[in-house]
Amino acid sequence: MPLWKPDPTFYASPRDAASAPPEKLAYVAAFDRAAEKPDAIAVLDVDPGSASYGSVVGWTELPYLGDELHHFGWNACSSALCPGSPHPHVERRYLIVPGLRSSRVYVIDTKDDPTAPKIVKTLEPDELAKRAGYSRPHTVHCGPEGLYLTALGGANGEDGPGGIALLDHTSFEVLGRWEVDRGPQHFAYDAWWHIAHDVLVASEWGTPSMIEDGVVGELLLGREYGHSLNFFDLRKRKHVQTVDLGDEHQMVLELRPAHDPTKLYGFAGVVVSVEDLSASVWVWHRDGDRWAATKVITIPAEPADPDALPPVIRPFGAVPPLVTDIDLSVDDQWLYVSCWGTGELKRYDVSDPFHPVEAGSVRIGGIVRRTPHPADPGRPLAGGPQMVEVSRDGERVYVTNSLYGSWDDQFYPDGVGAWMAKLDSTPDGFSFDERFFPSGDDFRGRRPHQTRLQGGDASSDSYCYP
Amino acid sequence: MNDGSLAALVALGAFHGLNPAMGWLFAVARGLQERSRSLVLQSLPAIAAGHAASVGAVAVLVALTRSVVATRAVAIGGGAVLVGFGLWRLLSRRHFRWVGMRISLWQLAGWSFLMSSVHGAGLMLLPVLTSSGTAPAGHDHGLASSSGSALSTGVFVTAVHTLSMFAVAGVIAVLVYEVVGLAVLRRAWFDLDRLWAVALIGAGTITAFTAW
Repeated sequence: MPLWKPDPTFYASPRDAASAPPEKLAYVAAFDRAAEKPDAIAVLDVDPGSASYGSVVGWTELPYLGDELHHFGWNACSSALCPGSPHPHVERRYLIVPGLRSSRVYVIDTKDDPTAPKIVKTLEPDELAKRAGYSRPHTVHCGPEGLYLTALGGANGEDGPGGIALLDHTSFEVLGRWEVDRGPQHFAYDAWWHIAHDVLVASEWGTPSMIEDGVVGELLLGREYGHSLNFFDLRKRKHVQTVDLGDEHQMVLELRPAHDPTKLYGFAGVVVSVEDLSASVWVWHRDGDRWAATKVITIPAEPADPDALPPVIRPFGAVPPLVTDIDLSVDDQWLYVSCWGTGELKRYDVSDPFHPVEAGSVRIGGIVRRTPHPADPGRPLAGGPQMVEVSRDGERVYVTNSLYGSWDDQFYPDGVGAWMAKLDSTPDGFSFDERFFPSGDDFRGRRPHQTRLQGGDASSDSYCYP
Repeated sequence: MNDGSLAALVALGAFHGLNPAMGWLFAVARGLQERSRSLVLQSLPAIAAGHAASVGAVAVLVALTRSVVATRAVAIGGGAVLVGFGLWRLLSRRHFRWVGMRISLWQLAGWSFLMSSVHGAGLMLLPVLTSSGTAPAGHDHGLASSSGSALSTGVFVTAVHTLSMFAVAGVIAVLVYEVVGLAVLRRAWFDLDRLWAVALIGAGTITAFTAW
């Protein structure tokens, strides 16, 4: 039954989102690499005033094995207030949770008991294949026409192209392929938009055969992973322009457009440059009547003893930072950059997006460093800051440590472990919250990936009003 | 046209103007996007024009039908259609879909026409259109003249209704843009779709009953 008043977690503007009550729960996707136990959605208590703060207070297991939960999103968000097709009386209550390896999509209801989410619908892989021609569903965004679900792979025997499927808002059925004209775009990964400008941006990783068994050295050195941004007309569903960052910039992953709907810029993270193993962050922007991208952050590789390195990077004698995720605060002021290889989470002041200023950094994990968490200083940690999520008010930052099963195994061959950390972020400081460190057995043998915060977070909602 | 019908037309216009989904919210969004009050004001006539086209189509159609078919049959048939439409609106989980924020004033008028039509804005005027006060005068002048006066009735009804809708939507849009801010949506945006559906069913029932 629809609500009589708009869902209180729909915010007209980024300012409203930041000033709304803070999250009390976080939902974390957790997967079993061995595919012997079902993956799960873990519910974490993130209310500092609660007795169970920092612990797993809910655990919903899936009915199947081997899904590899990865990213997920809400069924509805602030875009429901957009004036062209408002539907503000639906509810933000379902998590749309794709299995990246199985291509299943679960719809999980958080309403009745937020700490015990219930699976209410399962979309089988052939529905995505038959109706949209895609597989390996990845990113979910609640948008103007329905739910947009990016997918890395083709279907029905095809490796690619990947792209975007559209799902119905209420029935969660696959409506079909979103693209009317995809132009030269073949690789897919993330997609988001400038909703008030009818612009969609998409990024590139690789097709399933290029990623599922780990990174393929020959493809990487051959510069064959994705290295472009693709811009589409959100209304006409047509490809408008490809912006190639240069083929040395392998794997353009996370897209973080400005939340302010009057702005037309955003940030994209690049995993690795094959020229010097550095990672980079780019800002896309308008240049006259075209799109352009400018590199604004470069993070160099750290030299290391080859004997301390896993085989995949031993020949290079250095640890690549591997920027696998970035996140932009709702007020568009702070950009958080995960360096999963070196074990560092960096914070930049991006008030001027073209001139980011580093404003804090913390170390945890890392291929060589294995920096412990201050809550347990005697325990070296594998993995590194990976998925990073920022609360709407910008004060709390959550990170998890797993990237993707087969890649975890390559870069952390002795085991990536499982941990999650929280940082307090204020204009004057950026440091670990020592009370918050769920790790190891808390995740019951699974590896944590993306975090979603109750009531929305910095990468879940888009706003039509400044 | 008696006073009662005129008041009803104005009241329904105000009701339509009040609904954020009927256009004032779009006008505000366009203004906020460019930080320009004049853009809010420019958007309103286009929105009103689209609404008028949607309402006018129904008004003229009903007036023309009444000039050739027994009024009572039109009222009962129309009332039944209206109740059915209202029930569909009430029970359907579908919402109108329009993708796009960067649109011209022509497209905005088109959007408003579609939005009003899908919501059955014109249908809601049926009780007024079929009440005896709006019967075309002089039904012994033959078809041509009666359809002429039917047409003018339809135009008059549409004009009064749209003017009221435009005034209310305009005042709200400017107030929200200048003074109140969009936080008001969270408190004051009741699910008008359901109220709207109830209004359609009510209007249909009244129309059919008064003709019976």
